[in-house]
Amino acid sequence: MRTRFWRVITPVGFAVMIALIWLLPLAGQAPPPRQPSAFPAYKAPRLNGHPDLNGIWQAFTTANIDLEDHEAQSGPHPELMGAYGGWPAGQSVVEGGEIPYKPEALAKKRQNVANRMKVDVSNDKTWHNLGDPEMKCYMPGIPRATYMPYPFQIVQGSSPYILMAYEFATASRTIRMDWKDEAPTDTWMGWSRGHWEGDTLVVDVTGQREETWFDRAGNYHSDMLHVVERFTPLSPYHLMYEATIEDPKVYTRPWKITIPLYRRMEKNVQLLEYKCVPFTEEMLYGKFKKGAS
Amino acid sequence: MHRWLSSVVVTAFAAVAISSALLIAQTPTATGAKPAAGAKPQATPAKTAAPAKPAAKAWSAPKTPWGDPDLQGVWNDATSTPLQRPNGKGETVGEGDASQFEEQLASDLNRDRRDGGPEIDVNRAYNEHWMDSRRLKITEDRRTSLIVDPPDGRLPPQVQISPERQKIRAERQAAANRFNAGMPLVATELSLPIRCIIRTDSPPYLPTIYNNDFQIYQSPGYVVIAPEMIHSARMIPLDGRPHLGKNLHQWLGDTRGHFEGNTLVIETTNFRTDDGTVYQGANPATYKITERFTRVANDTVNYEFTINDPMTWSKPWTAVVPWTKIDPKEQMYEYMCHEDNFDIVHLLTGARNREKNPSLNLQPAKR
Repeated sequence: MRTRFWRVITPVGFAVMIALIWLLPLAGQAPPPRQPSAFPAYKAPRLNGHPDLNGIWQAFTTANIDLEDHEAQSGPHPELMGAYGGWPAGQSVVEGGEIPYKPEALAKKRQNVANRMKVDVSNDKTWHNLGDPEMKCYMPGIPRATYMPYPFQIVQGSSPYILMAYEFATASRTIRMDWKDEAPTDTWMGWSRGHWEGDTLVVDVTGQREETWFDRAGNYHSDMLHVVERFTPLSPYHLMYEATIEDPKVYTRPWKITIPLYRRMEKNVQLLEYKCVPFTEEMLYGKFKKGAS
Repeated sequence: MHRWLSSVVVTAFAAVAISSALLIAQTPTATGAKPAAGAKPQATPAKTAAPAKPAAKAWSAPKTPWGDPDLQGVWNDATSTPLQRPNGKGETVGEGDASQFEEQLASDLNRDRRDGGPEIDVNRAYNEHWMDSRRLKITEDRRTSLIVDPPDGRLPPQVQISPERQKIRAERQAAANRFNAGMPLVATELSLPIRCIIRTDSPPYLPTIYNNDFQIYQSPGYVVIAPEMIHSARMIPLDGRPHLGKNLHQWLGDTRGHFEGNTLVIETTNFRTDDGTVYQGANPATYKITERFTRVANDTVNYEFTINDPMTWSKPWTAVVPWTKIDPKEQMYEYMCHEDNFDIVHLLTGARNREKNPSLNLQPAKR
């Protein structure tokens, strides 16, 4: 009986052993994350009892070209720029894939694309009618500032203010924590009020000037824009960024984007200056110079 | 909001106010050109840079939870005490003479004057609308100059500058003259403030007629100074890292800092070499600025800076400007500039119209 048992069990045990050896190298590893929620649970280090979000962060995504699905394209003036000016393809960062525009608003978005490289500043009243604000070096507004291909720095201390300073156009905004007062006026970077929900910094943004866009694809909003952002630490090196965008004049319902942010890790990395105004002066004002017309 | 020069309004109309308010910025050596040779040192030189506001006995400078001196808050540096001491004045004015001195300075800043004809008067009134009321008070210690060294309260004499720089200055001056005549050729010859590239966000920080606010943020390892005009945040690492490489220049330079006791000491290098980038047309290649921030009371930070540029001034000079904490209800607002820089188009179209019709005199361009 015993002998028979071993005669049967030995090949089985052998197979199990081989399988164990085969699998052993993987035993200490977490399964690769398939989606953000699959990231292993993480509790950020504390600063004054709150998660410490200090650091230089950057999105690595093509969302600034188009929040929605987009194919690779040549970018403007390929006859001059060649592959230097090319724009890579990218997958939509919008939940559900598409922005829920009202029909008439979708027409405006398409018109924006057609006009994104045009400018006309000859009349104060129609100054902002044409062109992507990014191309004109205007402050990008929220959420675009977060996912432009430039780093930004979070400065969080012990005051009721958290600073987010962006490399692009040296734009910045202050997040007022647990603040009651409403936006006193519309501004390019808006009026940001924050609070903590567990480990998540939640920022409510109102009071944004209607002229900002979300991307080069002409995705836009009105003066009714309301953005709720969530910054959630996923690891010492990652924040998950979510923004819920609401604007009853332009969309049929609120919609959401999700983009991971990565900590910049280079030794001594710092925000550098990107004062792009001089890059736009000939484009904006060239027609008014002496001898131009 | 007490501050009638509300940035709410400024936000909406900032660009409109630009050109007249910053006319002076068109002149590269606006006040620096005056040689100090004729000024006599005072009998009791103010050698020490420490200003006269003694801290209350029981008061000790607050610290952040991580142990750095706490400078966080919104501060305002407006005062009417001029950078340079007016001729004939002592180091300070007596208590009884303060208001008379203030009136005289206010007059110099365009208030309460009707001379020069209606057009000039209207221009003054226009500027006055934007005037920060704090800009009409001298420092609490009743100093007659922000400069504390040299002891005569005046900028040191300028040195002979190189022929190359003389040529660049002459070009800048010619551009400034065209601007003043309403005949600018092209946007890029206008001053950096008018082009919305640099305003009062480049050190040294000196009071102007409006938007004299600065917000200081701190985090472990960083101090950040955000001047209201133009919305740039000056990141100051405190970790002892080296400056940027010598081939990497920035309009606002590259700043490093450390604490000496309760004083934040910051040093800035790597300025771009464009003329006009650093203070009063000094030479960016040799210009060195060291700034010190010391909290001396809950509502006061002393801001002291020393500028050294042997290619521009015969010796270093130091000034002290008190920063006052403003009511938390009065907060800083976004100062946009380039986004609605209507003036730049008005200035250029005005010039083009005058070229076509030379009989047009220097009326403000139609808005």
